[in-house]
Amino acid sequence: MSDGAFTTARLPGAAAIRFRPVTMERRRVRVGLILISLAFLGLFLVLPVVAVFVEAFRGGMPAFAEAIFEPDAAAAIRLTLLVAAISVPCNLVFGLAASWAIAKFDFKGKSLLNTLIDLPFSVSPVIAGLIYILMFGSQSLLGPWLKSEGIQVIFAVPGIVLATIFVTFPFVARELIPLMEEQGRGDEEAALSLGASGFQVFFRVTLPNVKWALLYGVLLCNARAMGEFGAVSVVSGHIRGLTNTMPLHVEILYNEYNFAAAFAVASLLALLALFTLVVKSVLEWRYADEIAATRRH
Amino acid sequence: MNAITPIDKGASVALGAPIDVTIENVQKAFGDTPALHGVSLDVKAGELVALLGPSGSGKTTLLRILAGLDAPTAGRVLFGGDDALGLSVQDRNVGFVFQHYALFRHMTVFDNIAFGLTVRPRGERPPKAEIRKRVLHLLDLVQLSGLDKRYPSQLSGGQRQRVALARALAIEPRVLLLDEPFGALDAQVRKDLRRWLREIHDQTGHTTFFVTHDQEEALELADRVVVMSKGRIEQVGTPDEIYDAPASPFVFEFIGESSFLPVTVVDGAVQLDGQPLDLAALGAPSGTATLGFRPHDVSIVPDGGPAITGTIVTERRHGGARRLELEVGPDKHRVEIDMAVDHTRLPGGQVAFRPHRWRVFPR
Repeated sequence: MSDGAFTTARLPGAAAIRFRPVTMERRRVRVGLILISLAFLGLFLVLPVVAVFVEAFRGGMPAFAEAIFEPDAAAAIRLTLLVAAISVPCNLVFGLAASWAIAKFDFKGKSLLNTLIDLPFSVSPVIAGLIYILMFGSQSLLGPWLKSEGIQVIFAVPGIVLATIFVTFPFVARELIPLMEEQGRGDEEAALSLGASGFQVFFRVTLPNVKWALLYGVLLCNARAMGEFGAVSVVSGHIRGLTNTMPLHVEILYNEYNFAAAFAVASLLALLALFTLVVKSVLEWRYADEIAATRRH
Repeated sequence: MNAITPIDKGASVALGAPIDVTIENVQKAFGDTPALHGVSLDVKAGELVALLGPSGSGKTTLLRILAGLDAPTAGRVLFGGDDALGLSVQDRNVGFVFQHYALFRHMTVFDNIAFGLTVRPRGERPPKAEIRKRVLHLLDLVQLSGLDKRYPSQLSGGQRQRVALARALAIEPRVLLLDEPFGALDAQVRKDLRRWLREIHDQTGHTTFFVTHDQEEALELADRVVVMSKGRIEQVGTPDEIYDAPASPFVFEFIGESSFLPVTVVDGAVQLDGQPLDLAALGAPSGTATLGFRPHDVSIVPDGGPAITGTIVTERRHGGARRLELEVGPDKHRVEIDMAVDHTRLPGGQVAFRPHRWRVFPR
C-alpha cells in the first residue's frame, strides 16, 4: 500500500503517469488540517486543563488537601453531589419519557416539544436562573404563599436543583431521540405480538435497545449538572457553607485572591470532566460491538 | 448461509388446531386518507393466502389490522368465528413476521425465539427445560441448529428472517402473518426461502397470510392469491385463476407481463381499427373494449390471414426468447411480443401476429 497520495504506473511507450486518488486531498492539505486541529485543541483545551492542575498543586499536597477539606469547600462538594443526585435522575426520567413520546408516537405539538427540549441550549443560563427568581422570588405571585408556608425556593437548595434541571434537561433526550427514531417501532410491535405487556416491552426491549445512549446522556448530564455556574449563581445567593456549589465556591475563592484553593477545587471539577471522558471511551472500546449492534442491525 | 435442504418430515411443532379467518367489510382511514374501502375475505383453516398488490394498495394495512397493530375504522374480523377486534395484540395470539426482521438485537437467537414464552405470566409459562426443548426444536425446524448463541447482527439476512419465523411460531399462533418476509433479501435467497416457507407451512398447517408485491412469489407460494389495488380487493383466486382469468386489466397487468390494445367488439368478435381479428370477444358486450395478451402467448401469422400488424421499434433478448416492441395502427400503440430467438427482424420491419390466448375487458 502506498501512503494513499500518489501511485506511479508505467505504460508501454509512455512516460510514467502519476495518479492521485480524486477523492483524497493532497498530503500537505491533510497534514495542515490535522496540525491546525491539534494546535487549536492544545492551545484552548489541553493547556488550560494542565494549568489548572499545575496551579492546584503549586502549594504542594498539604495545601491542596487543606483547600478541599476546609468546611466551606466540603459543604460545596456535598451540595454539588446532592444537586446532581436529584437533578440527574429527574432528567433521566424526563429524557426517557420525552424521547419515547417523540420517537415512537405521533401527536399534535410533537415538533413543538422537540424544539422546546433544545430551549436550555439556546437560552443563556443567567436567564434560566432569573426565570425561577421571577416564579418563586419574594416579588413573584407565588412568593407570599411560599413564605407563609415556610418554603424557601430561591437562595436555597430547591432553587439550585430547579435551575440545574432546567439547564441539563436536553442531554438525555438529545442522546436518545435520534437513536429511538432510527430504531422505529418494529421491535416493540414484535414484542407486543409475542404477548409481552407494556412493562415487559419497555424493560426487555425498549430500554436495552437504548442503554448505551442512555448512559452517555446521563454522563453528560451529570458533568453539566455538577459544573453549571450561571443559572445556579443567580438563584443560589452565594451563602458560604449553605448554598455554594463547587463552581460558585471556586469563583468566591478566586475573587478573594485565594488562587491555590480556587484551583484545587477547580481541579476536582476538571477531574470529573476527565473521568466522564474516560468512562465514555472505555465503554465505547469495551462494548463497541454491542453499541454498533444497537445502532445498526 | 446454510444451504436450504428439504425439511425432515418427522419433525413437528405442537400446535393449536388451525382456524378460519373471516374479514367482513373492513375499512380503514388514516385521518382523511382512506387506506381500505370495505374489504371482505373468507379464509379457510390452514390456507396459505397471499395479499398481493403494489405499494399503497392496503395489503400491509390489512395485515396489521389482522394482527391488532392497527384498528380498522369499521368492519369485523373473526378468528374461528369469534370476534378478534375486541382482543388486544397480546391476546390475539398471532405470529407476526416483519420485513426487516425486528429481532431483538441485544438478545441471542435462543432468547429471541424464547421471548414469547418467557414473557407469559408465571402460571402459563412453560418450565425452563420445556422452553429450551421447544426453542431447540424450532431452531431445528428453521435449520439453524447450533446458532442459538449468536446475536442477530452475526447472522445473514436469510438466517435472521428464519429466526424471526421461529420466534413467531414459538407462541403457537392461531394465525401466522408475514409482512413482505423476503422483501429485504436478495433474489437467490428469496427463492430458496420461498420453497422452504411452503414446506414449513405444509408441515405446521397454520392459517397464513403473507403480504408481497412480487407476483411470482405470490403465485408460487400461495393456495389463494388476493390481488389488491387502492384499498380494494380486485380479485381472489387460485394462482391459475389469477393468471389465466384475470378479472380486470389491473390484475392482468400486475400479474405477469402484458400488452394492451384498444379494440371494438362487434357481434361477439374483436375488431382492430375496423378489421376483424378472428378473436372471440369471450362474452364481452359490443362496444369499445381493451384486448389484453401476454407477450409469450402470440403466434406469428406469415400468410396474410387476420392478424395484428405492427412496426418493430426495438428488439432485445429476453430470457429464452427475443422480445419485440411494436407500434400498432395509426395511433402507434406500443405492444410487446416474444419470438423465437432464431428469428432476427430489424427495427422498421413489419410483423403480423395473433395472440393464441387473450382477454377482452369492456371499457
